[in-house]
Amino acid sequence: MSADDTGPATADATAGEPVVELADVTFGYTATPVVENVSLTVDPGEYVAIVGPNGSGKSTLMQLLLGLLEPDAGRAHLFGERADRFDDGERIGYVAQRANAAKEMPITVREVVKMGRFAHVGLDRLRDDDGSVVEDLRDDPLDTVRDIANAVSGRLSASDWAAVDDALETVGMNAFADRRITELSGGQRQRAFIARALASEADLLVLDEPTVGVDAESVDAFYDLLAALNAEGITVLLIEHDLGAVVEHADRVVCLNREVYFDGPTDEFVESDALARAFGTEARFLAEVDG
Amino acid sequence: MSADVAAPLLANVLAALDPSLLLPLQNGLGAAGDLVFGVLLWFLEQWYWLMDWVYYFTGLEMVNPRYRFMHRAILVGLCIGVMAPLIGTFLVHRQLALIGDALAHTGFAGVAVGLFLNAVLDLGVSPYLTAVVVAMIAALFIELISEVTDAYNDVSMAIVLSTGFALGTTLISLNAGGLAVGVNQFLFGNLSTVSPQSAAILLVLFAVIVGTVAVTRNQLLYVTFDETAAAVSGISVNWYNRVMVMLTAMVVVGAMQIMGVILVAAMLVVPVAGATQVSRSFSESLLVSVVLAELAVLLGIGVAYYGGVTAGGVIVLVAVGIYVCAVAVGKLQSVRGEQTTPDMGSIEADGTTRTGDD
Repeated sequence: MSADDTGPATADATAGEPVVELADVTFGYTATPVVENVSLTVDPGEYVAIVGPNGSGKSTLMQLLLGLLEPDAGRAHLFGERADRFDDGERIGYVAQRANAAKEMPITVREVVKMGRFAHVGLDRLRDDDGSVVEDLRDDPLDTVRDIANAVSGRLSASDWAAVDDALETVGMNAFADRRITELSGGQRQRAFIARALASEADLLVLDEPTVGVDAESVDAFYDLLAALNAEGITVLLIEHDLGAVVEHADRVVCLNREVYFDGPTDEFVESDALARAFGTEARFLAEVDG
Repeated sequence: MSADVAAPLLANVLAALDPSLLLPLQNGLGAAGDLVFGVLLWFLEQWYWLMDWVYYFTGLEMVNPRYRFMHRAILVGLCIGVMAPLIGTFLVHRQLALIGDALAHTGFAGVAVGLFLNAVLDLGVSPYLTAVVVAMIAALFIELISEVTDAYNDVSMAIVLSTGFALGTTLISLNAGGLAVGVNQFLFGNLSTVSPQSAAILLVLFAVIVGTVAVTRNQLLYVTFDETAAAVSGISVNWYNRVMVMLTAMVVVGAMQIMGVILVAAMLVVPVAGATQVSRSFSESLLVSVVLAELAVLLGIGVAYYGGVTAGGVIVLVAVGIYVCAVAVGKLQSVRGEQTTPDMGSIEADGTTRTGDD
């Protein structure tokens, strides 16, 4: 299948389809590919970790599957749609490594979490899922004017703010909702970014080495939160350098070093020689060395 | 076919068939322009009336009804005090503080183009209009250079800044005798040269900038704070980057009238830097930066009028003084904040929360 193939058009039509589907994806910034012939399917509700040495193409793969880069060959689909044309952004929550943005930016935790609702506001709010004008707009002229004004100005509704409050509650950040994000520790900050993803009511959570620079105690709480969210049905796709955390928390591991060296259950990964092949012969799990 | 493609195509076809067919179109555009300009002049009249009342109540000589140029300068200053920090807040936090400088220099080139065209072709076009056009094109070039060459933003800004200034000085040197005198007011700004036409142009820029930010503030904030997450959420980052730099070009040219090319960038940066020190939230920082900018503009214009000095320089000096005060207040707030840090809620494995130390 070529890179131009397009999947089903609507989210409803994709029910039961893979959340992420990469087929023979190859990509390079220069003539040398960074990612080569990678095929990967992530089904709804899975907790998948992508591991690999530095420079193995993990972050590039993440950008390909999110549609931020277009494959040189192969195809990348999100929820059944071509990834680079996927426009249902609220279904994806993204948490970056050391998500610190502007260092001195005066912005509160609540304002950061609020961004998760931005994909829900705007003119699309005036249409139903089938593209028709929403019922309220046809009935009440005053509502029509108000709703159009709110949609054009991107104003958040009461339900949007309720979603923000719920997300803050889930990650235990209520007490810090009105504090500047720059005043928080690394772990607290990552919780705020998880809350932003939750506020968008994302079906897929993509995390790019989210615990780099986070203290050990916060890391444990962070993974507990991910496990809880996954138990509620959210698909988790984690790019992680900490193999110990991956083995402890993920259900499935994809080991990458330009190409896929392993793709399967975590316990099989531990038993396999994929790690040694992908990282080099000296690589071992710490637990194995200690044992 | 989209309207922006169809309109010029239709105009070209009509012109090819019979140029006289274009006349109704030109007349229509001219009438619309006259209507808008008439409304703006009516607004200016109301502003004069308001300033007259301020004079009768306060007795301030600088708002004397005889000095209409001061009334216009104050209006322009107040508009700049809103526009500049409104855009500057997004720029500063994207680490693009110096883009204002780059666009001011291209605005200077635009002024030189306008003066040159007026001198050579006797077009009678406002140099501020040509400055707006040239600065907006330059703004797009800054984005284009960064996107196409993957260069750092400051590299593309430096290239555009140098090109703009080089173009301006070249055009001036081509017709030095007639142009050199007029250029000083654009380099250093001047309260007394804010004509009704310039004030009207600025009011249009003000409406466009405030309206655009009001409608796109969510997207601009998201792109400013986390570009990758914004892209993942479906926001067209490149498109909003272009919107931002074009709005910046408009602010710069608008503010050039009283600030001058050399100092205009300060209004984009200094009030925002001060507000960042004392604000806890983004929305608060927007509001505080506007208040600080208005304070600097009004105090600066007052000092410039009574002291007989250049307004641009005084406004910037006042803004920097306010910034220093804001830094001191911010440090005091930080010390007090450290003493009142609350406990952190933590997470249970089932997704519920409990209170306690993190």
